[in-house]
Amino acid sequence: MDWGALHTILGGVNKHSTSIGKIWLTVLFIFRIMILVVAAERVWGDEQQDFVCNTLQPGCRNVCYDHFFPISHIRLWALQLIFVSTPALLVAMHVAYRRHEKKRQFRKGDQKCEYKDIEEIRKQRFRIEGSLWWTYTSSIFFRLIFEAVFMYAFYFMYDGFRMPRLMKCNAWPCPNTVDCFVSRPTEKTVFTIFMIAVSSICILLNVAELCYLLTKFFLRRSKKAGNLKQQPNHENKEETKQNEMNELISDSCQNTVIGFSS
Amino acid sequence: MSWAFLCDLLSGVNKYSTGIGRIWVAVVFIFCLLVYVAAAENIWKHEYDEFECNIKQPGCENVCFDHFFPVSHIRLWALQLIMASTPSLLVVFHVASRENREKHHNQKLYRNPGNIDGGLLCTYLISLILKTGFEIVFLVLFDKLYNGFKIPHLVKCDIKLCPNTVDCYISKPTEIIFLYFLVATSCLCIVLNPSELSYLIFKYSIKCYPKRHVNKQQ
Repeated sequence: MDWGALHTILGGVNKHSTSIGKIWLTVLFIFRIMILVVAAERVWGDEQQDFVCNTLQPGCRNVCYDHFFPISHIRLWALQLIFVSTPALLVAMHVAYRRHEKKRQFRKGDQKCEYKDIEEIRKQRFRIEGSLWWTYTSSIFFRLIFEAVFMYAFYFMYDGFRMPRLMKCNAWPCPNTVDCFVSRPTEKTVFTIFMIAVSSICILLNVAELCYLLTKFFLRRSKKAGNLKQQPNHENKEETKQNEMNELISDSCQNTVIGFSS
Repeated sequence: MSWAFLCDLLSGVNKYSTGIGRIWVAVVFIFCLLVYVAAAENIWKHEYDEFECNIKQPGCENVCFDHFFPVSHIRLWALQLIMASTPSLLVVFHVASRENREKHHNQKLYRNPGNIDGGLLCTYLISLILKTGFEIVFLVLFDKLYNGFKIPHLVKCDIKLCPNTVDCYISKPTEIIFLYFLVATSCLCIVLNPSELSYLIFKYSIKCYPKRHVNKQQ
């Protein structure tokens, strides 16, 4: 099990996302997971081995390393990526539940069911409305929270995003204040800033997606309210269908299927 | 998840590229990616362990290595590969949005959604400009960070943390000839992208010119 498994899981969610959601997913995979695996893991690979302290006191180096790096950057990033990707599973579960219900209706031979076969149900893309809208919006909200929490945790644990060359350590059993030197501090700083910058871009994308979904929700409500005001006594089914068609056409410019090759 | 993911993405891009674009994808695959994975990674694998300084002062080696190699060549190379390949995804997104629009309207809106014309031509040209830009930026970065593309055998380090000027020896300085390979491939990509740009502009102008000519005559 590795990052490829996450890619498989999230690839399925991609179909039911908005355009901004698809861009977010692309940024996540290319600029965060791929950079982590291909570059960052190598930079931090030898971090403890090459953490050198100016002392011969046994145990001092270990203790100082643990004091300055309670959780390695790499592990924190991996945790962050997992937590940030997990809310999308809420959407995947909701879609799976809906599909299961449709399949049950189809098997019962329900006349309301408009599908011709099981394959059509499997391939169908659900629109983000109703209860799925709430699930999707909650998942974006949780994503935002996790991103913010991890960014704060980074800032708090490492006193900013810069990796110093030299750290002065006086934890027991070091006899006095000892100079400890970090391996590749500049490269680590560059990658930390890169990952923080991409996290910020992801936060902005999530905020934009949230605003887009809220705007769409309120626009739909105001259109429905407008329709009801014009014909308060009876529902003209054909006109509401025409409105839905119009919405579909205007939405098609926004809700695009972005091919996400696996 | 590793370079295979990038390979899959670029294979998808290949479908909507011109002939020169496909040559670019082949150059990136064979001369950049394959050389990176098969050779370059191993050369730079122990760059830090085998960097030796003529001193026993703890920490001096760390500091000297960090001073002479702020960002490792191999990481810059990886970043360059990723950044230079990503603009091609704009084309894939645009084609996918065209196909989706056709699905929603349930009618054929484009002769072929992958045909490079109209809005897709603009997207393609922008992706070419971005690709060229990224390649140039990384080459300049390599040049500025390492004062050219030569790696010396010996560097003299006189950082404050070291007691005095210290001789430091770099591992495999000659094998870093692969760096010239990377530079040559980048230059080739820089030549291919504007050629493709000119080709597309020329092709589009030829398509438009007869129509304008006929309209004027009418």
